[in-house]
Amino acid sequence: MKEEIIIAGFGGQGVLSMGKILAYSGLMDDKEVTWMPSYGPEQRGGTANVTVILSDEKISSPVLDKYDVVIALNQQSLDKFAPKVKPGGILIYDTNGIHNRPNRDDITIYPIDAMDATLEIGNSKAYNMVVMGALLEAMPYKLPMENVVKGLKKSLPERHHKLIPLNEQAIEKGRELLKK
Amino acid sequence: MKEEVRLMKGNEAIAHAAIRYGCDGYFGYPITPQSEVLETLEELMPWETTGMVVLQAESEVAAINMVYGGAATGKAVMTSSSSPGVSLKQEGISYIAAASLPALVLNVMRGGPGLGTIQPSQADYFQATKGGGHGDYHLIVLAPSTVQEMVDFVGLGFDLAFKYCNPVMILADGIVGQMMEKVVLPEQRPRRTDEQIREQCPWAANGRKDGRKRNVITSLELESARMEVINHKLQAKYREIEKNETRWEEIDVDGADYLIVAFGSIARICDKARELAAEKGIKVGIIRPITLWPFPTEAVEKAAQGKKGVLCVELNAGQMIEDVRLAVHDRLPVEHFGRLGGIIPSPEEVVEAIETKLIGK
Amino acid sequence: MEIQDIIRPENKVYCKPELLDEVHMHYCPGCSHGVIHKLLAEVIAEMGITDRTVGISPVGCAVFAYNYIDVDWVEAAHGRAPAVATAISRLWPQDVVFTYQGDGDMSAIGTAESIHAANRGENIVMVFVNNAIYGMTGGQMAPTTLVGQKTATTPYGRRVDLNGHPLEITNLMAILDGTCYVTRQSVHTAANVRKTKAALKKAFENAIAKRGTSVVEIVSTCNSGWKLSPEKSNEWMVANMFEKYPLGDLKNN
Repeated sequence: MKEEIIIAGFGGQGVLSMGKILAYSGLMDDKEVTWMPSYGPEQRGGTANVTVILSDEKISSPVLDKYDVVIALNQQSLDKFAPKVKPGGILIYDTNGIHNRPNRDDITIYPIDAMDATLEIGNSKAYNMVVMGALLEAMPYKLPMENVVKGLKKSLPERHHKLIPLNEQAIEKGRELLKK
Repeated sequence: MKEEVRLMKGNEAIAHAAIRYGCDGYFGYPITPQSEVLETLEELMPWETTGMVVLQAESEVAAINMVYGGAATGKAVMTSSSSPGVSLKQEGISYIAAASLPALVLNVMRGGPGLGTIQPSQADYFQATKGGGHGDYHLIVLAPSTVQEMVDFVGLGFDLAFKYCNPVMILADGIVGQMMEKVVLPEQRPRRTDEQIREQCPWAANGRKDGRKRNVITSLELESARMEVINHKLQAKYREIEKNETRWEEIDVDGADYLIVAFGSIARICDKARELAAEKGIKVGIIRPITLWPFPTEAVEKAAQGKKGVLCVELNAGQMIEDVRLAVHDRLPVEHFGRLGGIIPSPEEVVEAIETKLIGK
Repeated sequence: MEIQDIIRPENKVYCKPELLDEVHMHYCPGCSHGVIHKLLAEVIAEMGITDRTVGISPVGCAVFAYNYIDVDWVEAAHGRAPAVATAISRLWPQDVVFTYQGDGDMSAIGTAESIHAANRGENIVMVFVNNAIYGMTGGQMAPTTLVGQKTATTPYGRRVDLNGHPLEITNLMAILDGTCYVTRQSVHTAANVRKTKAALKKAFENAIAKRGTSVVEIVSTCNSGWKLSPEKSNEWMVANMFEKYPLGDLKNN
């Protein structure tokens, strides 16, 4: 098993923390993991992306040009990374604010309305976990939910542990988006 | 603290590793992309647990001179910075080397020259391996390629520093500093007691207990004949280090047609390129110098034997390639591939470089 | 009376401090450094802290201080003595750490380190020898050089429009919350020597009691640099230096 994933969007959408929770969940599932962010001023509101690799084997390059799964959360990221999905791979994008839709027929594309789903939950901070839910549902690698919860516990500071049920709810919501 | 598996950034891992090694003091000044080292230490408050001193200095210059002071007393002390800050530290590093003091310096390299960029780079290879500061001296230079090696090299670095009474540099880059990976943190070691330090470092200037002769730590010797002797002693030590401490890693070197030489995180990008090249039927081996000084000259020479060409991949305009060329004596083509200014090459680009620079010829 | 009858312990009125080594000092005859070294050697021995004192010598004429006073020493890069002292004091809290700095070390190249060590209130003693000139390198201008004073790099006298004003670094130290004791002394008369010794003792006591940073400036002569005889140098110092650098405590908490 090996999943090479990039999550890209605006700074402030929780891109880096989603990557961290994903990586920690993989670690709890006994996988090798890497988490490589873009860093610097772009963290302050510009675009942000993070490459997460989950694998049974030792991971070589933490930096990639082609991905099994691309998650694009704004138009800029979609334009940049849609061409970088490997043939047969997966593209998940949030339809909110997207005017140019991707047209590739050699990959599986999941447009999701994560923003609306988040509003239904009533806490905008849960946005990245809705997206995470869609990813967990779409990935061929089935990460057991118990290890995702463990990953959440490891990633979030103790004072935020009361938010874990909300995060679980958001992940479930994201899964449903894909099942529709 | 027991051995522990964690997911953390290379920079955070350095902080944890320092505490667990039993490091006595850290002195630093914030600069991207390595500020998490100081931030993590301040958050962990090791002065409450192990008694380790952590201090945000007023400058990189002050920080390295605090390291000089701490090292002069036999304590295990370190600093960290990134390229422009490490330039500022060079005077102090030269003094530490000249006075034969043990110390650990981390450079999480970013793109230069000048203020440059905060993105990853390996353009301080010359500075780290060929001197950096003034005078004939060498640092032992360790190049980590994983977050685990960031942890391991803190321990290895301090051990080597004390074994040879010589400063050690961990030459990392923004990738390995900023990325998160699974790490196994070692068990907490106790810090040495003052009595143990006095025993281990009888040369240290920490107060002349029990009427012993005074200890003076200095790099000054105005008498040329004596200064030459000091230099010869340093050189003899460097030959000893070359003999004992050269480290490298080889991947699929036997049976390969082409050899890549790369260090740090870039060696991992090259490892992915090796896989991609193999899919195309191109057999590539990799040699990764782990000590950049002493450089694994003989290992590179041996690994290059029978190959059709060597590609030196580094995030600079061609620095390590000089050592690679010296190692292979121009017996076969040695080409360079690198990206500059903080751009990280993709594994695909490395494969393309093999095709155009070595096979296409 | 035979000489042997005179040399008896009960007749002893003065002796060389035990911590001062039996070597020739490289200082010029008449230089203030010799007296200041002697005072330090006396104070350290009298306080019984020889086995836990670490001195930091500067770059400047006093670079070889480690050859004269029998305690542990670390020789610092130019201006960095307070940074070196900071680390040693923090890593060995039971040690007594002092820096010995000239006007270049303290108020030019090492201004940042000096100010910040004092501002952090490091429990150290900073001995500042201010002779208004760079003695070791051959008499060039120091930040503390007086207006009109001739040096190798101000051959027609220091000009404010070209070289700025004399820097009263000790006054700056006095306003920092980290300092507990800031004083300006001299060693040109027996009375002043006694006062300076008392000041040094107080500074070392402060360091031991962890009261913060103590700064002891000693306005000094450099007869070679000033191109005057030792006697004339003292006269020139009294006539010119004390107006800009008046003696006395600037802060005594």
